[in-house]
Parts: sequence; C-alpha cells; structure tokens
Amino acid sequence: MPNGERDWDGVRLHVVTGKGGTGKTTTAAALALALARGGKRVLLVEVENRQGIAQVFDVPPLSYAETKVASAAGGGTVMAMAVEAKAALLEYLQLFYKLGRAAGVLEKFGAIDFATTIAPGIRDVLLTGKVYEAVRRRDNGRPVYDAVVLDAPPTGRIVRFLNVNAEVVGLAKIGPIRNQADSITTLLRSPQTVVHLVTLLEEMPVQETADGARHLAAADLPVGGVVVNLVREAVLPVRRLAAAGKFSLDADEVAAGLAEAGLPASAAVVDGLLVEARDHAARLALEKRERAEVDDIGRPVYELPALASGVDLGGLYLLADRLTEQGMA
Amino acid sequence: MSPTTRGRGRRPATGSPRLDVDALLRDRGTRIIVCCGAGGVGKTTTAAALALRAAEQGRSVVVLTIDPARRLAQSMGLEQLDNTPREVKGVDAAAGGRLDAMMLDMKRTFDEIVESHSTPEKAQQILANPFYQALSSSFAGTQEYMAMEKLGQLRAEADRGGTWDLVVVDTPPSRSAPDFLDAPQRLGSFLDGRFIKLLLAPAKVGGKAYLKVFSSGVNLVTNTLTKVLGAQVLRDIQTFVAALDTMFGGFRERADVTYRLLQEKGTSFVVVAAPEGDALREASYFVDRLAAERMPLSGLVLNRVHDVVAGSLSAERSIAAAETLTERKVHPLTAQLLRLHAERAQVATREKALTTRFTAAHPDVPIARVPAFAQDVHDLDGLRQVGRDLTA
Repeated sequence: MPNGERDWDGVRLHVVTGKGGTGKTTTAAALALALARGGKRVLLVEVENRQGIAQVFDVPPLSYAETKVASAAGGGTVMAMAVEAKAALLEYLQLFYKLGRAAGVLEKFGAIDFATTIAPGIRDVLLTGKVYEAVRRRDNGRPVYDAVVLDAPPTGRIVRFLNVNAEVVGLAKIGPIRNQADSITTLLRSPQTVVHLVTLLEEMPVQETADGARHLAAADLPVGGVVVNLVREAVLPVRRLAAAGKFSLDADEVAAGLAEAGLPASAAVVDGLLVEARDHAARLALEKRERAEVDDIGRPVYELPALASGVDLGGLYLLADRLTEQGMA
Repeated sequence: MSPTTRGRGRRPATGSPRLDVDALLRDRGTRIIVCCGAGGVGKTTTAAALALRAAEQGRSVVVLTIDPARRLAQSMGLEQLDNTPREVKGVDAAAGGRLDAMMLDMKRTFDEIVESHSTPEKAQQILANPFYQALSSSFAGTQEYMAMEKLGQLRAEADRGGTWDLVVVDTPPSRSAPDFLDAPQRLGSFLDGRFIKLLLAPAKVGGKAYLKVFSSGVNLVTNTLTKVLGAQVLRDIQTFVAALDTMFGGFRERADVTYRLLQEKGTSFVVVAAPEGDALREASYFVDRLAAERMPLSGLVLNRVHDVVAGSLSAERSIAAAETLTERKVHPLTAQLLRLHAERAQVATREKALTTRFTAAHPDVPIARVPAFAQDVHDLDGLRQVGRDLTA
C-alpha cells in the first residue's frame, strides 16, 4: 500500500460519529484496521452496548476486557472492547480510591445504579473516562495503544457526549470528579483528538453532518474528516444520464439489445428498465447536490464504496485499503 | 405471550400479513399510536405521515415529534420548541378532521411537572438547584421520560377537552430501543430505592432515628460519596432530593399511569425499521419486549425498501446478458441498463434476506412497506405520498 501523506499523524484518539444508519461502526472498524497497518496496535471501543463491532468482525460479543478482533497487514493488531458504565465506575473507584468493601456497600445501597443510570451525565463521564484511560495508558514508558478509535454515539448526541466533562465542571467546582473531568476535557480538545463524521449522500445525513461539524467546532472539539459512505459507481455516461432522467432513452434500442442477448423484450421489461434508469438519474442528481454540500463543510472528505454484497470481514479490509489510499490512515 | 395485533389485513398465501394502516387510523378505538424503532429509520416521518393521513380522513389528531429534521418541522409549521400544539396549515379538512403538531421541549416539560407538584417557593428552590438543572437537561433518559409524560398530558387533555381523538407520538432516538419504556420505571425504582432514603437521611428532622434503620454501611457510603463526588456536589444532590421529596408520590404515580396507558386497548405500537441488519434486529427486540410488557403491537413499518421494476429479470441473467452484449460490442445502452438493473436486484435480494430474519422470527406481525425515495420528505405532499405508500 502506498504510504504517502497521512492526514492525521499525531492523532491518538479518533472519534467516529454519524447519523444513525450511515455506517458509523463499519467506518470506525475500517479506520481501526487501516491505522493498525504496519505493526501498530489499535484499540476500537464501543460505548452504546450495541455489539456492533462484534458483528462487523464476526466475533463473539465483546466485554469490558480488551480482546483481539483482527490482524492488520504487516503485523498490526486491532483490539476491541465494549465499555460499560458500571464496570468503568467500579474500576475507577478501585483504581483511585482502593475501595474494596465500600464498593460492595455502594452497590447494595443502589449508589452504583444511581450513578450509572440516573445521575446526570455521570454515565457519559465514565464512558469517556475509560477511553481517556486507554489513550493515556503506558507500559515501559511508551503508550500501550498507538491509536484508539471510538465508535461514538450518533451526531445528534455527540457534542453532549464529548462535552459532558465540561458540564460536570459547571456542576462540581472542586474535588476529584472535577479533576478527572478537567483532564478528559483537555485531551478531547487537544490536537491528539479528532472527531470524524460519517454520512451518506442524502439530505438528512448531510444536513446533520454540517450541523454536527458546526456544533463540534462551537464546543471547541476538533473536527476531523467527513467520510462519505456507500458511494456508487456511475454506470451510465453523463449524456445518457440526462436522457434517462427525462425518460427519453431510446426504448426500441433497449428492446433490440434485449432481443440480441436472448432476453424477453416485452414492453413491461423495457419500461421497467427505463423507470429504473430514471430513478438512478434522479438519485445521482441528488447525490451530486449533496456532495457539493459536503465539500462546503470545508473538511477533508474520504469516500467508501457501496459493496454489492454488504460488508463482511473481507469487505472491511477492502474499505480499510480505501481509507489508506486516501490518506485517512 | 404473543403480541396483541390489531388492524390486521388479510394474510397473503405466503409471508407476513399486511398491516392495514387505514383500518388502524379509521378505528375510533385507536386513541394513541406510538412509533418506535432504531435511530435513522424514519420514525418521525412515519409518525407525521400517519397523523396527516388520519387527520385528512376525519380524525382530530395531535402529533408529538421529538427531534424532527428542520425542513420537515418547517413544513408542519413547527418553527419553535415551545411545547404548545399548533394547528398544521394546509391540511385537507373536508372530512372534518384536523392536525395539530408539537415538538417536545424536555426541560420545560420537567419544569412544569415540578411547578405543578409543589409550592411556588419550593418549585423555585428546585428549579435553581444546579443538580436539577443538569438532570433536567442532560440526564440520560430524561428525554424518554418527558416524552412519555407529555404523551400522558396530551391524552388527558384530549379526554378533557375533546379537542383530539388521536394522539400520535414519535419516540426519542434512544441508545437502545426500549429506553423510553424503561426510563419511567428506572426513575420510579430509584425514587423508591434505599439510596434516596440514604441521601435524605441527613436532611431530615430526626435523622438519627431514621439512620437506625440502616446498617453501619451508611457512614461508609456517605464518606465514600463525599470522597468521590466532593462535599459540594453531594450537598447539591441532597438539597435537591430533599426538595423533591414531597413530589415523589406524584412522580411515581404519573410514571405508573403512563405505563398503564401504554398497555390499554386504545394504544397501538407501530415499530419502524429499514431493511438493514441493525434496524431489523432492534425491531425484533422491540416486538418481543412489547409482548413481554403486554403492550399492543399493530405491526411493522418497513421504510426505504428497494424494489425492482423490471421484476422478471434476475440479477444473474442481467449480468450474463450485459457481458454478452459487451463482448459482441453491440447495444451498449442495453448493457448499461442491465448492469444498473442487476445492482438494484442485488440490493433488493439482500434486503429481502435481511427482512426474512425478522419475518421468520415473527411470522404473525403485519408489515407495511414504504419504497425508498430519492428525495427526503419535507412537505405535506411528501407526507401524503408516504401515507399512500403505507396503505398501498
């Protein structure tokens, strides 16, 4: 693979968000594979308990324990985990307060449930806190992970999710929670972090991506690239596309072609093909408009192709190659 | 327990029964329709299309949307987030119906509950508490809880004033599908829980007697919380909980009422999905969950379905024929159209296979399919078209 310019050298935390249904998890997984190329060690993290990563890598459900899910070209490793708020809290308490018995009592009194399900924002503080810990973890003086990729909540919730620590700062003026929140906020706003947005070339996802990029920037969170997913190859040349859109392609010519190939050339079939061509033209025209909107966001744009058979593990490697070729990793 | 299904159409020779949307909307017994499903599958659009169709067939409808796309919101006259239902302009009222729409303002809904359940002074105290402010605007689950609360309010208003005979609700884009079912109960169990009593203990008069109820763990917990949260945060929480104490009964009662409302015969759940793995998995999960909660399911709306038009040609035959034409260097146009058709047929086949996973597990759940549009829906005509597709 050509190892030319890489756009995000120096970034340790890649946050991947996008509107629901745009392929956020697939993109995060492909990015992790691409970043792991050439002997790197990458951690892929999910925080919404969807087990989406396990599905794309076709491995058993992930737990809080970091597990290897794939090898990348040149000896790289992709590890993955599903961060869960309760486990993160217990780990945090153990790590910083050596709680032992008190943790059990907290659990018994419902304090743990309170903190992870009811208390405002604490859940997100814990989830981002675990990501922070993974990014910062060192062994023998060097980072355990070369990069961490976070399969984050969707665009509509991303700013609140990442900014939760800044909100806590408003709630807790001093104390240990405040210190923890401050450190996380510092990492998230540093050049070591970028937030990538995944979109499709459709109105709502593009609109949400543009809004998301603006909101992230307003919250001082570093916006990374825009990944346009499910890009289709043009099958018709430009001049035919225009005719297809006007439903003025030559029906007789289509029928003659069908007959030559030994297919039924009934009016229904010919008409069906022409209707499909018109839909295709309308779709491409829309995609072109939406692509212009994506370019207007003013961030680096990467494209991922639509794979006819859907994404399996093989397809994931293919998508990772495309990201590498385009300099995203 | 199998899900209760209403509005069921005739069952075709094979496959799932068709969801008879018009029968559901016309049935005056249908008082509430809840649209739920994974994020990004067109829940809001489906809710709006159902509401509009019901209104134009003569029902008096209010639709509660959670987070509509900007242009869809504008098309319904929803320019502001003010918790007030407003009449949608441009609705055909020939059949005697009407459509009102509103967008959920979660913080305001919460504030209103506080205000209606406590004295003005106490309400002020709660509203000014930093912990309350964070809870009401960012608590994971507040939106779900407030959506259900608003549904209860709208329904009560409908019963009282007779303005509406149908309430259609969209559900929040949850982390996972059943969040809005769980949120009220979660809050309820928290309010009933030992933790709240523990938090209340120091603030209560005669706290000492109260404390005796607990083991020596109390001090350990309080000390730990102070250590972890800091004294100031804990104090805020305690003040908040103490101020809220008088409202607890009301909160729990409302959560229970809303929950029972969702189990009533007049309520219909419509699960919305797209023919994608995640969305259908969520839909499956939701159907099971509704059955377990004994909440009435009407059926599944499957959005963005890709169908072939030239149905008699398989993808394989089309590709082979296109290759033949290309080899012979003749009829390039036909070859291109065949390739295009093959792509579309492949997508349709994949979607069908994914849908089968759902239908195989839930053969009795009626389904309405809506084809994929090139354009998004952002006006009433677009919503009418979705309504027609839902009933086609």
